[in-house]
Amino acid sequence: MSFSNELMKGIWKENPLFVIVLGTCPALAVSTSVENGIGMGIAATFVLVCSNIVVAAVRKFVPDSVRIAVYIVIIASFVTIVDLIMSAYFRTLYQALGIFIPLIVVNCIILGRAEAFASRNSIFLSIADGIGMGGGFTLALLMIGTVRELLGNGSILGYNLLGASYIPTLVMILPPGAFLTYGALTAIVNSLKKG
Amino acid sequence: MKEVIRLIIVLTAVCSLAGFSLAYVNEKTKDARAYQDRLKLLNSLNIVLPEHDNQPDKDAVEVSGTVYYISKLKGAVNGVAFETSSDRGYSGDIRIMVGIEPTGKIISIAVTDQKETPGLGSKITEGWFLNQYKGKSLQNAKWKVKKDGGDFEAISGATISPRAVTDAVRKGLEEYEQRKSKIVEAANVVQ
Repeated sequence: MSFSNELMKGIWKENPLFVIVLGTCPALAVSTSVENGIGMGIAATFVLVCSNIVVAAVRKFVPDSVRIAVYIVIIASFVTIVDLIMSAYFRTLYQALGIFIPLIVVNCIILGRAEAFASRNSIFLSIADGIGMGGGFTLALLMIGTVRELLGNGSILGYNLLGASYIPTLVMILPPGAFLTYGALTAIVNSLKKG
Repeated sequence: MKEVIRLIIVLTAVCSLAGFSLAYVNEKTKDARAYQDRLKLLNSLNIVLPEHDNQPDKDAVEVSGTVYYISKLKGAVNGVAFETSSDRGYSGDIRIMVGIEPTGKIISIAVTDQKETPGLGSKITEGWFLNQYKGKSLQNAKWKVKKDGGDFEAISGATISPRAVTDAVRKGLEEYEQRKSKIVEAANVVQ
């Protein structure tokens, strides 16, 4: 178990969205555009890395019976910190992501990694795990966001790419488009993994 | 018993640490957040109010729970702005800043907050949509979208959001009409 192994694991082999299928609710909801996807991904990665570090640091002091409560307090604190910082310095993105920032608390990737990885491994490896899983989540959101924004709005990061003659396929930025894109990408990633 | 005490100590320590760090970050970002709030308010006020030489966010009067921002040029009131909202949009409240001449004619409106569907309902923030409210007042327009027999264009594929906007603006104008004397009286006191 080396640093780079743990790092790559989250991005490809155990990608939280495409392989483990965790944290799909925020992924489906905020991937309407590339910008939202990246913003959500970075916010979740920050929380994940920080909570992984703290959980790994306190893992020997926390009694088993209250561990989930302790993890949630740690995660909720970092989420609130992200919430405050984004509202102070990244107001537009903050408004676009809306309720999904506070909801990072209940994103199962984060509690899942605290429980499955950080509570059993060193701080060093937990950082790698956090960056890897967060990176994999961000990458997946970026892919879904790219497909949806391009087909549903004809643009990427707000720049119109397909020209004025392209009639946007509105369904792609509506909830059904999220499921269609997510399903198709999951199928592609998993067939690539096997092949 | 010993185990219980251990649980209490661990939980208390974790929670107090969390509390202290949150208080610290809250304190550190307070000014920046207040600045962003004011910036947002000033931005929307500058869009909807005519040229002025006062600070409308300071020269504000509150009547029946709504804040009315007064703009003045050389001491004379030349515009009033207020925020109105509707909860009948597609998702969440739509908040709109409305700027009017003291007579009640709309100068301009701006959307300050909305969570409508991106690419559909969110088109209520686009200029062509907002511009159709310019120059309208309670007297010279039918305050409904065209689909309902009124004067305002809707957005294809999203009628609910424009309907909510029209509704909110009309409600704001009606309230202004009722409170006009109070507002003007209070505005003259605020010099």
